[in-house]
Amino acid sequence: MKLENTDDALDVSTLPTFAFGTRSPMWWGTLGMIVVEGMVFALTIMTYFYLRSRSPTWPQQAPPPDLLWGSINAALMVASGIPNWWTKRAAEQLDLRRVRIGMAVCVAFGVACLLVRIGEFATLNVRWDTNAYGSVVWMLMGLHTMHLLTDTWDSAVLAVLMWTGPLEGKRFVDVAENAGYWYFVVISWLAVYAVVFWGARA
Amino acid sequence: MNAVDTDLELDATWRDPPGWRGFFAAVNHKTISLRFMVTTFGFFIAGGLLALAMRVQLAQPGSTLIGAHAYNQLFTMHGTTMMFLFAVPVMQAIAIYLVPLMIGARSVAFPRMNAFAFWIFLFGGVMLYVAYFFDAASDAGWFAYVPLSSFQYSPGKGVDFWAQMITFTEVSGLMEAIVLITTILKMRAPGMTLNRMPLFVWGVLVTSVMVLFALPAVVLASTALITDRLVDTRFYSPAHGGDVLLWQHLFWFFGHPEVYLIFIPPLGFISTIVATFARRPIVGYRTMVLCLIATGFLAFGLWVHHMFATDLPALGKIFFTAASLLIAVPTAVQIFCWIATLWSGRLWFRTPLLFVLGFFAILVLGGLTGLMLASVPLDLQVHDTYFVVAHLHYVLLGGAVFPLFGAFYYWFPKFTGRMLGETLGRWQFGLFFISFNVAFFPMHVLGLYGMPRRVYTYPQDAGWSNMNLMASIGALGIAISVLLFIINVWRSWRGGALAGNDPWRGGTLEWSMASPPPAANFPVVPVVHSLFPLWQPGGKPSHVTGLSTRYREVLITSVANAELDHRLWLPASSPWPFLAAVATTILFIGSIFSPWAVVWAALPVAVACTAWFWPEKDMTQQRSDSEQAP
Repeated sequence: MKLENTDDALDVSTLPTFAFGTRSPMWWGTLGMIVVEGMVFALTIMTYFYLRSRSPTWPQQAPPPDLLWGSINAALMVASGIPNWWTKRAAEQLDLRRVRIGMAVCVAFGVACLLVRIGEFATLNVRWDTNAYGSVVWMLMGLHTMHLLTDTWDSAVLAVLMWTGPLEGKRFVDVAENAGYWYFVVISWLAVYAVVFWGARA
Repeated sequence: MNAVDTDLELDATWRDPPGWRGFFAAVNHKTISLRFMVTTFGFFIAGGLLALAMRVQLAQPGSTLIGAHAYNQLFTMHGTTMMFLFAVPVMQAIAIYLVPLMIGARSVAFPRMNAFAFWIFLFGGVMLYVAYFFDAASDAGWFAYVPLSSFQYSPGKGVDFWAQMITFTEVSGLMEAIVLITTILKMRAPGMTLNRMPLFVWGVLVTSVMVLFALPAVVLASTALITDRLVDTRFYSPAHGGDVLLWQHLFWFFGHPEVYLIFIPPLGFISTIVATFARRPIVGYRTMVLCLIATGFLAFGLWVHHMFATDLPALGKIFFTAASLLIAVPTAVQIFCWIATLWSGRLWFRTPLLFVLGFFAILVLGGLTGLMLASVPLDLQVHDTYFVVAHLHYVLLGGAVFPLFGAFYYWFPKFTGRMLGETLGRWQFGLFFISFNVAFFPMHVLGLYGMPRRVYTYPQDAGWSNMNLMASIGALGIAISVLLFIINVWRSWRGGALAGNDPWRGGTLEWSMASPPPAANFPVVPVVHSLFPLWQPGGKPSHVTGLSTRYREVLITSVANAELDHRLWLPASSPWPFLAAVATTILFIGSIFSPWAVVWAALPVAVACTAWFWPEKDMTQQRSDSEQAP
């Protein structure tokens, strides 16, 4: 909308009361969080390779983590992108019925990822206090699990709200941003997965 | 409804609720900012008193007043306080007040998150001092190098409290950065394109983006330190495949940009003050903006110059020498632009301008010793000596505290509605300027004579006694000048001259409304047509209509050109940010004593955050009644 009004006052009463994507402050706030947390992941990954570069052997006196559970989770998370994409689109179309279904599916995926995560921790084949390799692996896994946990909780709260109310248009923006943040959780997992599971093998 | 009724309704809508409940529920950006400023200033006083204690100890050789352990705690607490509890947060605190006023907004973007960030900062700082009073303060220096700060060499809880203080303050700093970025990009008054944004706001934007990239490094570093200490991770333990230089890399990857987090907002103060007191726009506005951005980028390429005394490859060090020299260029360009502005303006000598002129002298000296330290051979010679102490105080006090006092004199009338005393202000400036040089200039020489930093005493025959005494006298002078400032504030508060809307005849929007500003900032949201709307009035349309006065409705505009986008209702005042901060504090402090606190204390945090988010039925009903879909 251009500023073409030649009157002395610019009337804004007809403007919409919420908006999606880069138009919404919520998008920028979420982007800020993603930059911060992406930076934490990036620095932790750099720490991993820094320690590796200073170490004669890698992994340090421990077998690499088992591939099974981590790979299952990678597949699961990539698959979870689909319901999140579907829910995001439903939210942008203000389709409450589909949002309700979509949010429930997204939460179910989050819970499934967390359950698989237990298997991953059990087969890392190193403890955090064994050596620095173990410490950085647990740090990466811990960081990502924190994201899984908090975003699954967020999604659950939002899902309940979408089912029970009180509702207003702005909540559709929240649903869309929540899905956008989940993409970040998925993409950061692909990076963490590549480092933890394949960085110990390459 | 007439204009007076509208103003009253607007005020009632935006004001926080009264009483003690309202105190904890406050979210108005001006209220939060004032609390933030007072808190950081309190920490500045505390850190200054610690410094004074050190100078008393060092005033004469062989002093037995303060022992080695207590002295180590003193310099650790002094550095930590000034860096983490004063210099970075005070800039954010001021920005939280001024940015909405300068860009024509009625609030910051996420008012509740803003409140949370304040509370968590307060609790983290208070925790550090409570620990100090129980003799549980770290004594490993403000940058806490491993292995000294590892459990083996620093048993006890001191370093744990230090590391957790980092978590508190950095969480706060990161949240404030997100609040500020979003506010600046999405809430500027219509017509305030990026080209018309005040230089101070540009400085805040660049700083806030830097915060997002720099602060995570210290959060990671201190988290790894505390897990090394509490649950036996091995990040910094060479015996178990860890590496001690990892700490230095992570810490200085944050620590050097941090210097610019402290320095760039004051560049904005200076640009504002210089324009007002030279009575003309700044020369080279676009150049200034580009310099701010260039400084923001280059600041990330300097961290290794803190590590020249380590065994890093020489080629790498050369790169960091080059970058350290290069960053002087954008700063120098800005200084030339200011000189040109002052040269071609009609100068009006008032206390704010005096502090800015003081900045020029002192920062240039500090910058020049910075260039000296950027060269590896010289750095090796004076590493860990008082030369470095002199340099960093010239840069930080010259670059940040001088402009900060100028800014306080300049904006105090807006914050309180009353002027600070001009005579007392000049005395404060004069005493501060002279005492500062008396205190810190001799430290250059002391460093060249070989006096190491962080020693609690020195022998008579070292030949350092006179200059140390001089430095201590200077420190006393600084303390007296800060006392003059406090007296000035107190007198002005009790009955200073009324300021009116615009005592300095400034050009930016914050001078358009009453002082102190009403709860909603702008009775009428302006439309902006120039860089200095108050100096170049006119232009149509002049203001916005159609925003609700009954709800906290704000205008959201586009990122680059501030074109109309949509209207948004901001949330009501709420105690939940305060309660969430309490819950988070329990988690952070609990985790120092038991790792399981991270698990059980997560529950109250989750409950508080959920309650914070959960919408109210009435409010939602009203909102959806007046809703317009995009």
